Amino acid sequence: MTQFINLTLNGISTGAIYAVVALALVLIWRATRIVNFAQGAMLMFTTFLAAIVIEAGNPYWLGLLVALASGLVLGAVLERVLIRRVESAPPLNAVIVTLGLLVLLEAAAGMIWGNTPRSFPAAFSIQGFEVGGTRLLFSPNDLFIVLVVFGVAGGLALLFRMTTLGLQLRAAAFAPEVARLQGVRVGRMFTIGWALAALVGSLAGVLVAPSVFVGPNQFDSILIYAFVAAVLGGLDSPLGAIVGGVILGLVLSYVSGYEGSALAPLAALAVLVATLMIRPGGLFSPARERRV
Amino acid sequence: MLEVESLVTDYGPVRAVDGVSLRVGEGEVTAVLGANGAGKTSLLRTISGLERASSGRVVLAGEDITHTAVEDIVRRGLAHVPEGRGVIGELTVEENLRLGGLWRRGESAPLEDMYDLFPALRERRSKPAATLSGGERQMLSLGRALMGRPRALLLDEPSLGLAPRITAQIMALVRQLCDERGLAVLLVEQNARSALSIADTGIVLDLGRVVAAEDPERLADDADLRHAYLGF
Repeated sequence: MTQFINLTLNGISTGAIYAVVALALVLIWRATRIVNFAQGAMLMFTTFLAAIVIEAGNPYWLGLLVALASGLVLGAVLERVLIRRVESAPPLNAVIVTLGLLVLLEAAAGMIWGNTPRSFPAAFSIQGFEVGGTRLLFSPNDLFIVLVVFGVAGGLALLFRMTTLGLQLRAAAFAPEVARLQGVRVGRMFTIGWALAALVGSLAGVLVAPSVFVGPNQFDSILIYAFVAAVLGGLDSPLGAIVGGVILGLVLSYVSGYEGSALAPLAALAVLVATLMIRPGGLFSPARERRV
Repeated sequence: MLEVESLVTDYGPVRAVDGVSLRVGEGEVTAVLGANGAGKTSLLRTISGLERASSGRVVLAGEDITHTAVEDIVRRGLAHVPEGRGVIGELTVEENLRLGGLWRRGESAPLEDMYDLFPALRERRSKPAATLSGGERQMLSLGRALMGRPRALLLDEPSLGLAPRITAQIMALVRQLCDERGLAVLLVEQNARSALSIADTGIVLDLGRVVAAEDPERLADDADLRHAYLGF
């Protein structure tokens, strides 16, 4: 029973990371209909920046702030300079550009900071809580991750539902031409969407870095699992990204715990295939229009 | 209020709008009629900035808006209700309405005014627009356009797919809006009879060119024109 509880808590904690990266993917997909294959590389880059700041003797929180700020700027600049040119081009163009960006950022990081993974501090203790004399595999840092992820998800939900900026972001994502006809500056909304997604991704990078270390390729698997989570929840649904991330985290945790971690990638593939076969739009795909 | 001078729109080698000129005054309805492919929708899309004019001019309230960005044209008081009604199905009725007046920054028409104008929308205000009927969607599109208190309104096929009774209601409402608010309306329609019933001027397009511009009674009385272009 203790193992089940530990695996469940671990699944929620790692699932929260997948959820937040999936959320970044969903934000970009909703805004520009592009799957950002460079998301992992972008968050790797900003996490490296945070690592440099912290290694220079600055507090963890300053490193986090630098990662978030640089993510915001990186997302906005990439959209304006690179992605804007392929937004209305055939989908394959965007795929090639984001894959190229992934390779570029990882190569640049390797050249600048080297390919050897480096450690990254955690915000809080990584020693598990002790309950009834048993030490759980769930630490104060895990709790921090879960709270931050759900806090961010809640904040984004409020932004999208309760603010005029959120209304414009949604309108631009769902129907760009109609939004323009209402005076919405759609290009600006796309830039904000990418900036927000990169911000969220940067947060995920800093949160997961203590577990995976920081290196040019250390976040590739996170991106793949996040992609599975986003498909599972529905690429159009921020709530789906969160739920999909947590479900995937639990599945992978149980598979790793009971059957061995070597099977985890296979389990993720199975989840992806099953989702595409049974409910291609994902668990939270929006209802189809009713013809009246 | 709205003047179009020798407007030309090309899609690559295809000329969709070929030297169209027209004028819509305050409180007037000008109906643009013609068969499928006549260039009606292209004309409206060029006026509202969605398509780039190859040549010619669009002037709104004395200001040249020919090469102005769509978002800025909206801010100058031109509203465009596109073909297919253009509501955003994923947003609620109320969100669609709010969207139309956002650029006014607090000086948009009150939501309650729209609900008074379109009572059917009031009870569905929190429902996704995708769940509305065709007539309700048309009301929502119109209401959303009015939220920005426009000076001129471009209406593209508002009767498309609607029952005759609903079409008559929509047309009557358009006329009422013109009379009461001084709106200049450029109305594109395939349903010539309905459009002419409320129009002050009728224009017939064929292959992007104006082939007739008359008052509605004369157009309706011209049997050759009716037979060749208007289908009634």
